[in-house]
Amino acid sequence: MKTPVIVGAAECDLGVTNKSILELQAQGVTRALADAGLKISDVDGIATNAISRFSASSLADYLGIEPKFTDSTFAGGSSFEMYVARAYHAVASGQCNVVVISFASNQRSAKSRSLGGVVEHHTPEAQFETAYGPLFPLSYYAMAAQRYIHDVPNGRAALSEIAISAREWALLNPKAYRYGSASLTDSELESADLISSPLRASDCCLVTDGGGAIIITNSEIAKNLKSKPVSILGFGESTTNTSMTTHRDLRVTGAKQSGDLAFAMAGVSRSDIDVVELYDSFTITTLLSLEGLGFAGKGEGADFILDGKTRPGGSFPLNTNGGGLSYCHPGQYGILLLIEAVRQLRGECGDRQVANAKLAVAHGTGGILSTNATVILGAN
Amino acid sequence: MFPYLPHEDAISAPFWAATRERKLVIQYCSTCDQHQWYPRAICISCATENLTWREASGKGTVDSWTTVYRAPAEGFVPPYVIARVLLSEKVIMLTRLVGIESPACDQVVELSWQELSDGRALPVFG
Repeated sequence: MKTPVIVGAAECDLGVTNKSILELQAQGVTRALADAGLKISDVDGIATNAISRFSASSLADYLGIEPKFTDSTFAGGSSFEMYVARAYHAVASGQCNVVVISFASNQRSAKSRSLGGVVEHHTPEAQFETAYGPLFPLSYYAMAAQRYIHDVPNGRAALSEIAISAREWALLNPKAYRYGSASLTDSELESADLISSPLRASDCCLVTDGGGAIIITNSEIAKNLKSKPVSILGFGESTTNTSMTTHRDLRVTGAKQSGDLAFAMAGVSRSDIDVVELYDSFTITTLLSLEGLGFAGKGEGADFILDGKTRPGGSFPLNTNGGGLSYCHPGQYGILLLIEAVRQLRGECGDRQVANAKLAVAHGTGGILSTNATVILGAN
Repeated sequence: MFPYLPHEDAISAPFWAATRERKLVIQYCSTCDQHQWYPRAICISCATENLTWREASGKGTVDSWTTVYRAPAEGFVPPYVIARVLLSEKVIMLTRLVGIESPACDQVVELSWQELSDGRALPVFG
């Protein structure tokens, strides 16, 4: 069995690009390959989605290659952490040698995002939920946040702290959408528009273009490349629901299963982790993931973060690029979690670099907390 | 009036037909002695098709709620309150709360109806 490693990572253009999805995809892929020291002709595996119904075929054709492995698992923002697991097995078994995991969206330029989401009339959700008029996915996260605030003292303050912390990191990241802005103030947070209570605009991720790619190959090939390989130590995932009514407890997510599997595979403990990148589609997403992954007990996430430990310089560096809240959120943010984790482990993050980062967690969520996928990476 | 008319299919037809008489019916599995929501072809506990329809008591509690301030699609007029209601049959439905000024988690609510333009109705709670 071969040992899969990550040898390249790069973003495509971010923010407002006025470029097509495939042009952005080509940017991300070629930049990640250049980072690795590989060529498009070396790629024999593709994992991507959200280009078209036939996303992997579209990208293969656009890049002019005929891969031996493709995957287009569609699990929203967690897809890319799932692709790491799929690519790991494909490279370990020798099915293919160089997999590119990529994503791009032009949703802000193309104004393609709808607050109601995509309604597929034949689904149970369309029959029994759509008619009531929830924002999708926002209102589900809002109900999770409402329950959290109802049950946990300081819940509202903790949600705000997630947003404040993300902004502080973004102020250190020149590529962040909010770079060059200012720290979030209490009055800004309290006066931000309510979108679906208790979530305000300041609790919600950005809507931007963006994306990027990472490259996975085996350690033999990696030996001859210029880049510093990053180890894939563990992964796990969980798929739980598409309906807003399936989960009895809105505060319990699939992060527990995905995290437990990933930590068991990696053989490391929570306290060993140096950098944590958790999907922040909404502030509540990050809080529930912190608890689900076991960094804090159920209902203890609020007190865990309220001392400011997740901010730059704190003891628990969280969402170090500024996150979906303040850096970039192109609809499916999962690829950018992986790119930041890789860069932190390679020590390339400039002002926001976490000193001596050896172990990182990237955790994606998709849909309405429908899917969770965790990846644990290690520096070499 | 609600702007979205839900599709129905062979499995869900009894539910929608009952709404014309303002009755909330839920699938019940006699093998497992439990209800399930939403309607499916099989019981998700025992995988059999031994499902019948039972009229719900119409009593429940608010698991959680959210006031929606932006329209998800044309025809919706915010603000309105979306909620997850836990029925006494131990299933959770997505619904709206109507006529409640300050909703709260765990609040007791009762079934009410909002008409759809084709004669069917949506179960809501208040």
